[in-house]
Amino acid sequence: MEVIEKTKTENITKTESMIHQPIKISVQNLSAYFGKSQVLKNISIDIPEKKVLAIIGPSGCGKSTFLRSINRMHEVARGTITGKIIFDGEDVMKVDPVYLRRKIGMVFQKPNPFPTMSVFNNVVAGLKLNGFRNRKALKEIVEKTLKQAALWDEVKDMLNKSGANLSGGQQQRLCIARTIAINPEVILMDEPASALDPISTAKIEELIFELKKDYTIIIVTHNMQQAARVSDYTAFFYMGELIEFSDTKKMFTAPVKKQTEDYITGRFG
Amino acid sequence: MGWEMYTNSVLSIRKFGFGFLTSTTWDPFSQVFGALPMIYGTLISSLLSLIIAIPLGLGVAVFLSELAPAWLEKPLSFLTELLAGIPSVIYGLWGIFVLVPWLRDTVEPFLQNKFPNSPFFQGAPYGFGMLAAAIILSIMVLPIISSISRDVLKSVPNSQREAAYALGATKWEVTKIVLSYAKSGLLGAIILGLGRAIGETMAVTMVIGNRPQISASLLDPGYTMASVLANEFTEAASDLYLSSLIELALVLFIITIIINIFARLLVWSTERKWKLSPM
Repeated sequence: MEVIEKTKTENITKTESMIHQPIKISVQNLSAYFGKSQVLKNISIDIPEKKVLAIIGPSGCGKSTFLRSINRMHEVARGTITGKIIFDGEDVMKVDPVYLRRKIGMVFQKPNPFPTMSVFNNVVAGLKLNGFRNRKALKEIVEKTLKQAALWDEVKDMLNKSGANLSGGQQQRLCIARTIAINPEVILMDEPASALDPISTAKIEELIFELKKDYTIIIVTHNMQQAARVSDYTAFFYMGELIEFSDTKKMFTAPVKKQTEDYITGRFG
Repeated sequence: MGWEMYTNSVLSIRKFGFGFLTSTTWDPFSQVFGALPMIYGTLISSLLSLIIAIPLGLGVAVFLSELAPAWLEKPLSFLTELLAGIPSVIYGLWGIFVLVPWLRDTVEPFLQNKFPNSPFFQGAPYGFGMLAAAIILSIMVLPIISSISRDVLKSVPNSQREAAYALGATKWEVTKIVLSYAKSGLLGAIILGLGRAIGETMAVTMVIGNRPQISASLLDPGYTMASVLANEFTEAASDLYLSSLIELALVLFIITIIINIFARLLVWSTERKWKLSPM
């Protein structure tokens, strides 16, 4: 009995309900550094397929860095990592980042459509990078992905206008459409709704709910209610460490650690 | 300023009329003045220099802002900016002592051997001529284009690069997206370079050969408006001569204004196409 207790507290890579879930990404002893400062400390976590994992924690706790390590975007900011991230059985550090990022898409905090491209070209930007040129097929994909991103009805008459003409919420959904157009398996979202108004936020959340049927989603958020609403699992990060990882329901009703409880009840952070 | 030049050039405007712009004879001795060779020389030498300087300048800018590691970027940027600060007469001297002999002994004979029938490489390889002027100008324009372009590229928000990387873009594809974002700014950099090339006087005067003729051959000497003014203003003995020179200055002035207006329109129209919403 004692032994079981010990593994439970020290090694929290899995939650109880995950035992029969297929694992999409397995993070093992991940540490991340920018220069000499360590921003992630020995994180291990298993991320199940076609579920939503929310990552919460105060600013500067390493949430975004964790997210970026998964598709190696940390390299763009000149960060380094140790440990392993296994995606579909392969170590991501051994995969070509270009290929990896086509499998693991990313949506950023601030909507960043390409302003020089039309709405249409924004959606297919990733496909065009892949050398995909068939106009008719592209049209179908644009319609399909914009519908998936719940944006089609709003923009179908302005596909040739610049992506920058849309409102902030529409821009963010355009970015999501752009991400899913290349048909990734995992979508990373870095506070995708924090720059948006409540109505746009609600739309994004509905969208996440729809998307998890087809994609594995990892979302970083500052908004506790949002994490509770959209996610199946929640991980709480603090000062670069993974403090607690469990089913979202359990995390928000009966957190195991004192720090987690303090954070989600708003006592700090 | 334009009016001043106009009143002072009335004499030659009355005498030659529109023919001043289309006549190819510039003969102070018999008091016949036509500006076409200089207009041609100015435009061609500037355009040629841009053809050389644009790919190089943009290449340097892209390298500095997108590819170079931080420790290399600072000294290299400093060097390119230093190039912009060298007085043009120094470039001219370098042209006379280094560039011209090199063109005369190596490059021009080589070009003539390689393309014996090309109209662009006919005539005796003096070294002095249009080619030398274009090369000197391109070296002078290069730092302007590269340093402004670098600033423009640096001001492209990082979120654009991240967006491209996250879509699985290679470094080159990311660079293309950054370039397209920075289009209008880059155009501005090129226009500033063109402005410098058109107005440049000293270095060009020292290497272009200063002969008022129109020749397709890049090896032949030519003349530019700014060079004529610098060379002949002090020796203009007659009123008509002086008046013609001032009219030439007026023409140069108008050409630069037209180019600037054109550039404004170009930048404005590319900007208007994708006005950023206030996000």
